[in-house]
Amino acid sequence: MAQLTYRASVSLAIAQSMRKDQKVFFIGEDVGAAGGVFKATVGLLEEFGKERVMDAPISEQAILGAAMGAAMTGLRPIAEIMFSDFLAVCWDIVANQIAKTRYMSDGQINIPLVIRTANGGGSKFGAQHSQSLENWSMMIPGLKVVAPSCPSDVLGLMDSAVKDPDPVIFYEHKSLYAFKEEIEQTDISIPIGEANMLHEGKDITIIGLALMAQRAKEAALILKDKHDINAKVIDLRSLVPLDLQTIKKSVIETGHVLTVEENPRLCGWGAEISSLISEHCFKNLKGPVTRVTTPHVPLPSADILEDNTIPSVELIVNEVIKKLKGE
Amino acid sequence: MVDKLNDDIGEEKRLRLWEMMLKLRLVEKKAYDLFLQNLIKGTSHLALGQEAIAGAFGVALKQGDYTFCTYRGHAHTLARGSSIEGVLGELMGRQCGLMKGKGGSMHLTDVDKGVMGSYAIIGAHLTIANGTALASKYNKTNEVSVCFFGDGTTNIGAFHEALNMAKIWNLPIVFVCENNLYMEYTPIHEVTAVEHPAADRAGAYNLDKIIVDGNDADEMLRTAEKAISKAREGKGPSLIEAKTYRHSGHSRADPGKYRPDEEVKDWMENKDPIKNYRAKLLDFNINEKIISEIEEKIKDQVEKATEISMASPIPEIKEIYTDVWANGGSEWHN
Ligand SMILES: Cc1ncc(C[n+]2csc(CCOP(=O)(O)OP(=O)(O)O)c2C)c(N)n1
Ligand SMILES: [Mg+2]
Repeated sequence: MAQLTYRASVSLAIAQSMRKDQKVFFIGEDVGAAGGVFKATVGLLEEFGKERVMDAPISEQAILGAAMGAAMTGLRPIAEIMFSDFLAVCWDIVANQIAKTRYMSDGQINIPLVIRTANGGGSKFGAQHSQSLENWSMMIPGLKVVAPSCPSDVLGLMDSAVKDPDPVIFYEHKSLYAFKEEIEQTDISIPIGEANMLHEGKDITIIGLALMAQRAKEAALILKDKHDINAKVIDLRSLVPLDLQTIKKSVIETGHVLTVEENPRLCGWGAEISSLISEHCFKNLKGPVTRVTTPHVPLPSADILEDNTIPSVELIVNEVIKKLKGE
Repeated sequence: MVDKLNDDIGEEKRLRLWEMMLKLRLVEKKAYDLFLQNLIKGTSHLALGQEAIAGAFGVALKQGDYTFCTYRGHAHTLARGSSIEGVLGELMGRQCGLMKGKGGSMHLTDVDKGVMGSYAIIGAHLTIANGTALASKYNKTNEVSVCFFGDGTTNIGAFHEALNMAKIWNLPIVFVCENNLYMEYTPIHEVTAVEHPAADRAGAYNLDKIIVDGNDADEMLRTAEKAISKAREGKGPSLIEAKTYRHSGHSRADPGKYRPDEEVKDWMENKDPIKNYRAKLLDFNINEKIISEIEEKIKDQVEKATEISMASPIPEIKEIYTDVWANGGSEWHN
């Protein structure tokens, strides 16, 4: 049993995949000799050498293009995009090429690659280095979208992502890199598409992802201790594929739903989930599905501004109380 | 008398090249006829006039090599040995099409033949072709990747990213710029800082400056073979700029009125690669009967393939929901 940070679990997860399968290689900017700007890939170059851990130029299109082409031949690249915001400069390769080539080729081509990227706010980096962009990739048919909330999920989901025959975007949350967990077994696999129940309760279902799942869990502990409210907290772990069955089961039990999203409001993933719930569980609902999101603004930088933009534990607690007690 | 024919290329290869170019020409002409009959919907970009480039590479490449082309890719696909009905069927949206109608004219793909796709967003496929080249290097196998694109493509960022990466990693790849003097409707010189859009950029990536007459099939073949050998021997990437001209407009909708009549006439009459190659074969004392027999054979093949395509059923509607994922389906939730 060892304590592992989210950061260390990333490099361990990559190393475990690379040890198991010679077809796996890793490519990105500053990932090898420097160990990554978040130090999440330290030690990989030393263990696997330059042929399998490639330091690339600042060429996001060329990085993802090379990963895609290699994947088309059956290799299993893991490509890093340093900040998820930079996906905007290679979005053609992601959304037009990687996502669509299997379909357009009538299944002649598989693209088994993983794009891992540092996502989300909390670091006061401002509007171009802090975005939470899972919903961008969720809108594109052909991409799987994973966002782990804890070290064990990083390990288990990375194992599945690398083995997956389809392209997976793996959003690591910057504010979780220091998050610690006691881990018994590191070489684990968690199927993509299975949500995780972080907290049990009968009064309301709170649905979150990545950092927001952890905040929802903290909120649930406060709600239970101080307000006698028992919340179920679902960590979706992935948006595509989505574990709709777990959501449905939970909504049938509680009748109240709150989604907690870090993305700006418009077309956030919670909107899609809200729509699915009204389609599938309308009769089980005791009130409207509501959403807590970042407001529809670019993320500001100053401490007080960013802290009041991204949904906080306190905000989640208050929203739940408002919903259930009408306060 | 010098034995012109038994030079470095020789009769056998010349006849293969002739047959190949003729096939590309006649299939493209057929595609044009089929549009006029409204049997091909959507858009389509013909490579009429540019056949010597795809043709030469088709002859020079080996099975197992990878090619990447653009939306103007019918010829490049056929040049790897894909069936005519596979191409025409795809254009017509039939089940016999290479991708059963799911990709269309701009996305022809035939992995068994090494045709790793046709790409319709300018520039992207240069970066992707690096990936198959990287895989060959990683696996220590000796396939070569070839990537075809137009002159206009030299002005997008992906071109520059891809060349730099190919060079620093010494990838086994050949980049082929088909300079047909126009990016869509605009003359390339009006929008490019250098005279030779690809070749003048080669130096920036520590690559040789290579310019070839892309309508001279023999020269094109020699240039292709040299660059392919270099890549196969582990000596790294090449960037070739092949000068050529398209006989028709940019796409189906374009009559090409922005081009001076004199210019079009000159390229059609004096610089047509097919017409000139036929004359060359005769000049090399190849029997006209052999040349015409090949012509008859290809015409016959194109007619038969057209019949097969027209008789092939349209796709089943359920195909909409297949092959998003490797499990064959399109479900995104349980
Ligand atoms: C990124 C992008 N921008 C614009 C277009 C529209 N477009 C399609 S073909 C074309 C011209 C390309 O010219 P060139 O590279 O010379 O190729 P050619 O068509 O002459 O073979 C343009 C602008 C596109 N497909 N992709
Ligand atoms: Mg052009």
